Amino acid sequence: MKSLESWGRYPRVEQHTRPLVWRTDSLPRPDGTVLPHGLGRSYGDSCLNEGGTLLLTSGLDRLISFDAGTGVVRCEAGVTLDTLLRLAAPRGWFLPVTPGTKFVTVGGAIANDVHGKNHHRGGTFGRYVRRFELLRSDGSRRVCAPDENPDWYGATIGGLGLTGLVTWAEVQLKPISNPYVLQETVPFENLDGFLDVARASEADYEFTMAWVDCLAVGKNVGRGLLYRGNFAPPQFDGLPLKKSHLSHGSGLAVPMDMPAFCLNRLSVSAFNWLYYHRQNGKPKQRLTHYDPFFYPLDAIYGWNRIYGKRGFLQFQCVVPYSTARDALREILERSSRGGLPSFLSVLKTFGDIPSPGWMSFPRQGVTLAMDFANRGEKTWRLVEELDRLTREAGGAVYPAKDARMSPESFAAYFPRRAEFSGYIDPAFSSSFWRRVNPVTLPFSLESERGPTASQPQSLLAIR
Amino acid sequence: MKKVLVLGATSAIAQATVRLLAARGASLYLVGRNAANLDSVAKDAATRGAAKVEQRAVDLNDFAAHEPLVDAAYAALGGLDGVVLAHGVLGDQAEAQKSWEATEVVLRTNFLSAVSLLTVLANRFEAQKAGTLVVISSVAGDRGRQSNYVYGASKGALNVFLQGLRNRLAKSNVAVVTVKPGFVDTPMTAHLPKNKLFASPDKVARGLLSAADGRKNEVYVPGIWALIMLIIRTIPEAMFKRMKL
Ligand SMILES: Cc1cc2nc3c(=O)[nH]c(=O)nc-3n(C[C@H](O)[C@H](O)[C@H](O)COP(=O)(O)OP(=O)(O)OC[C@H]3O[C@@H](n4cnc5c(N)ncnc54)[C@H](O)[C@@H]3O)c2cc1C
Repeated sequence: MKSLESWGRYPRVEQHTRPLVWRTDSLPRPDGTVLPHGLGRSYGDSCLNEGGTLLLTSGLDRLISFDAGTGVVRCEAGVTLDTLLRLAAPRGWFLPVTPGTKFVTVGGAIANDVHGKNHHRGGTFGRYVRRFELLRSDGSRRVCAPDENPDWYGATIGGLGLTGLVTWAEVQLKPISNPYVLQETVPFENLDGFLDVARASEADYEFTMAWVDCLAVGKNVGRGLLYRGNFAPPQFDGLPLKKSHLSHGSGLAVPMDMPAFCLNRLSVSAFNWLYYHRQNGKPKQRLTHYDPFFYPLDAIYGWNRIYGKRGFLQFQCVVPYSTARDALREILERSSRGGLPSFLSVLKTFGDIPSPGWMSFPRQGVTLAMDFANRGEKTWRLVEELDRLTREAGGAVYPAKDARMSPESFAAYFPRRAEFSGYIDPAFSSSFWRRVNPVTLPFSLESERGPTASQPQSLLAIR
Repeated sequence: MKKVLVLGATSAIAQATVRLLAARGASLYLVGRNAANLDSVAKDAATRGAAKVEQRAVDLNDFAAHEPLVDAAYAALGGLDGVVLAHGVLGDQAEAQKSWEATEVVLRTNFLSAVSLLTVLANRFEAQKAGTLVVISSVAGDRGRQSNYVYGASKGALNVFLQGLRNRLAKSNVAVVTVKPGFVDTPMTAHLPKNKLFASPDKVARGLLSAADGRKNEVYVPGIWALIMLIIRTIPEAMFKRMKL
């Protein structure tokens, strides 16, 4: 058994690992349950399987085909988005949807049905997955597509790795003229300002996302900077790459420049103040390469370590427009009053484009993501509060960023959960799934722990 | 190396090397035992930019197949200027101690089949007065140790054979490159506990290609193994034989 953690460094759990090598191989059949594992860029426990086995997909990293005419790429599930970009971008193609890091696998992007800065235009990653193969523990292999095994297709997209192993997938890329993004930064003074500028930007900008100063109080609650942009038009083709296209420009780069010891309320608020005010209240335009625009955090390898050994809890919720104003105001106020700085908080809007995935997280409304250093019970109580507010607002919390939501919350957020359960592979399970469905704890785990063994550390323990 | 024959193309080090060669736009003739796995590697190489990829599934322990195989590679790529010989087995030392059959499998695969292939290839390269033969050996060939001397012997014999070949082909402008990796994190070593000395196949492949480009003779990859093996080779035999290595 190995002790492993996910991106949030919490929880740390004991499990076995089995590397997968060939997509034609059958699944290993260890004792207990298995769970596919990509690059572990999920924050909580949805990519962990305490007491069981993780099937490491990093060896399934081969490309199968790429048609530079149509932009259709087929690859094994362990191929990273980084690899796809290196292949496709020089030939005029880009990912149709990308999360804020390119170090995730295609399998992981499917299982969490990831979203990017263009949800209002493009929806989720799953919409561009033309087909994939699903390998089940009974040895069966199914090609799944919108018109072939559509139920398995819908259950597996956003299916948290529980329906079987995706061995390969085919993804439709989208054309770009050059690797540059024309970006504009617009300051907004509060939450209302954000909602106005975000909605107004949706018509003309493919990509939008806002950094929010989550320590601002009073009338400034929800102030921040909105980044919006489009891929640069053909007149920028062939432009030589300059260093300035790769940096974040004017002085202060994104928060990573802050050393670990700076991570306290005072410094975070000073930083946020400066970050906000360097803008002088005026919109600013610039040309950047796609890399810093989409992946600012990837520039600092292992930035999750600044939170130290106890890790951090990330909280990402979405709330519908009808309740967004009040609910987000309350959530932002609670976290700023809670005395626990969120290092990086991001606001975005989700459009109404439906995902084929039954368990997909994105839905129309406003999404807010925050990180909280894990300072024990105080942090947990705060995040539980935020969860409650989300529930009351008719929203949902993102499993990929969660280490603590309750079974009740999960059931409220994912109404198709019962239907989905019928598609779970009997040999597959995850720490997350057992946590949000405590009654289905597999027999082998229960006997291993024994009656006296302590419960895994979770919200249950502090409630 | 623009037109390259890769023997044992489904091994982890070979796969990583194939990727680098593909990205350079080389033409490749890939040989491996398992047709499905070989096909995965071939498609990956083609998608990553190889000018041409041909493949053939054969068991390299069938020595009679070697000459026709080399003919086929020449015909398919319109000539050859590079060979990466990467097939091999680790074997099981305990099994080999018990049975000659188990020992023979290791010697046949790692040494005899390599010698048979290199005999055909060396003659062609000598005649065309050009080319690079890259052979993946191992640090285990530098000194026999009780924990894996059968594998070590197969690689040690290979090293001596390659020295002779290098000596013979030097005047014909043919480079013979012996690559000696240390521990590599591959499916072949999946059962072993890992430590800091384990290198990724990609790192080894980069070392291998830069040695091939530089037409080096014998290289350790990563380089730290040159020092480690220097120390191991220098220990007097009287002392060495009592050590647990
Ligand atoms: C800096 C940063 C920014 C991020 N930004 C965003 C964002 O903007 N939007 C967003 O949606 N997410 C975002 N994320 C989260 C990340 O995109 C997801 O967690 C993603 O799914 C991680 O992929 P992974 O390959 O690391 O998979 P893991 O985290 O290892 O696994 C994720 C899930 O995929 C399953 N899985 C993996 N491979 C397979 C397979 N072959 N078959 C079946 N199931 C499989 C696992 O079982 C698990 O349930 C971000 C994460 C980080 C660290």
